[in-house]
Amino acid sequence: MFFLLDPFFYEIVISGLLAGVMYALVALGFVLIFKASGIFNFAQGVLALFAALTLVGFQTGQIPFAHLLSVFGFHVSHWGSGFPTIIALLFSLLVMIGLAWLIVQIVLKPLVNQEGIILFMATIGLAYVLEGVGDLMWGANVKELNVGLPEGPSEFILDTTDMFIDKLEISAAVVAIILVTVLTLFSAYTKMGRALRAVADDHQAALSVGISLETIWWIVWSVSGIVALVAGVMWGAKSGVQFSLSLIALKALPVLMLGGFTSIPGAIIGGLIIGLGEKLFEFYIGPMIGGATENWFAYMLALIFLLFRPQGLFGEKIIERV
Amino acid sequence: MNEVNETQPTESVHGRTFGAPIMEMKNITMRFGGVIAIQDISFDILEGEIRAIIGPNGAGKSSMLNVINGFYHPQEGEIWFGGKKRSPMKPYQIAYQGIARTFQNIALFKGMSTLDNIMTGRFTHMKKGIVSQAIWKGAAEKEEYENREIVEKVIDFLEIQSIRKTEVGKLPYGLQKRVELGRALAAEPKLLLLDEPMAGMNVEEKEDMSRFILDVNDEFGTTVALIEHDMGVVMDIADRVVVMDYGKKIGDDTPENILKNQAVIDAYLGVAHE
Repeated sequence: MFFLLDPFFYEIVISGLLAGVMYALVALGFVLIFKASGIFNFAQGVLALFAALTLVGFQTGQIPFAHLLSVFGFHVSHWGSGFPTIIALLFSLLVMIGLAWLIVQIVLKPLVNQEGIILFMATIGLAYVLEGVGDLMWGANVKELNVGLPEGPSEFILDTTDMFIDKLEISAAVVAIILVTVLTLFSAYTKMGRALRAVADDHQAALSVGISLETIWWIVWSVSGIVALVAGVMWGAKSGVQFSLSLIALKALPVLMLGGFTSIPGAIIGGLIIGLGEKLFEFYIGPMIGGATENWFAYMLALIFLLFRPQGLFGEKIIERV
Repeated sequence: MNEVNETQPTESVHGRTFGAPIMEMKNITMRFGGVIAIQDISFDILEGEIRAIIGPNGAGKSSMLNVINGFYHPQEGEIWFGGKKRSPMKPYQIAYQGIARTFQNIALFKGMSTLDNIMTGRFTHMKKGIVSQAIWKGAAEKEEYENREIVEKVIDFLEIQSIRKTEVGKLPYGLQKRVELGRALAAEPKLLLLDEPMAGMNVEEKEDMSRFILDVNDEFGTTVALIEHDMGVVMDIADRVVVMDYGKKIGDDTPENILKNQAVIDAYLGVAHE
């Protein structure tokens, strides 16, 4: 048990957990949509990218579709000045809510009552369309995102405990905790929250008590658009807003397999386990097998989970009555 | 077909008085591809009565309930509700008109508690939207309490206080049926549709359910339309009975007269072939 005395061990644990929070943020968006509509939303990662792009666009005062406009002879690229961060955030929020409405009207409504796999295919299409539209609107260059969150190592923790913890990751954790708390309260204590859970359980029964599926889908996609915005901001602040941001969705997959596709606490705990396991494995086992384990550890863990507990830690057990 | 006088209260053989028709089905035809589920059926439901729809398996009873409830839209015919012709509507809009229902295969929100399930029944009565909930918590909270009171009354009425917080997926079948009735009652519907409320129940559970249906009708004056297989139950609680067979209406009368109807006897017991 010698490693328990090593402050470095705790540093790994904490930074692993904080990285896990970032994974959980992405996974959360998946769970919300999957629970309410049974759709595995392949576009969740692109949604985060799109949200981050929009935010940067508003912040820096970029004119959307500038490239497209230049084709028609309008050579413009920026408004006079950008919006302050808080206004830009608010606008991005509205854009995500509007986007959710469009998705429901154009993609989901015509496909109502279709098989899950068809809706899944539709979200793959959606992912490509959104990526293209994002590119067309805001350009493909890597952008820096700064929303004024504290960054760099926390001196206080460095001084008192000799541990190196990034302030950005701490803020991400705080934001995630607030987000999850608000979501939990919303779904437990409000009329719409109850309606949301009702739709997740039984569509027909939900209709029979007066719940409009369309409205609920709009709310759900809006909420996961907002979650995507938060995830996009956090990941964007960490590694810049670029198109590879959409690949964070792939990191959410093992988190979902671990936590279960239908459980919000599952997404959080799954994220934490993956984040923690990844860092510990990389540090203690990695050197023995040549390193770079972070690339595959999460998937291996998910695979092992699939063998023994296919519904995940908190997912609903799949029982088919015959 | 017996036309009902729309202004005069109609007297039933039990000596109970009913109001004007709350719902009228006029020449309803419902096809699924080449299959005719409902063929040119007309009947009415009077305010305050318990109306039963019976018939053998596949007679089109559930389809009829789905037409009333808006899950199905008939190709032909008119539906009149509350004295007005109803234009084609989505099921959730029909819930707002005051029609609540239960399902043949229980359709509860299994992951939620009994209380929450019955609270969803209040959905159409809660006007505060998502935005006002976020802006002014007080108003939404007040509304939540008011509706909660009604839900508690329903829970008392159905004698399910002990399972208020239990997840309904874990309840036994008979109680789930009761919770589902509670959810429909919480909506304070003008018309309550029950799709085989006694299916799969034992005698004691059936008696309880019959009592609840009669009490709902008696105490709150709720109009009830129900589908049931158990003839004994139907004869006991229904005021008037529609009999369906192969999508057609073969009888529409009081329970006493239905039992004497030759077409009904043939459909239920089979016709003796010479």
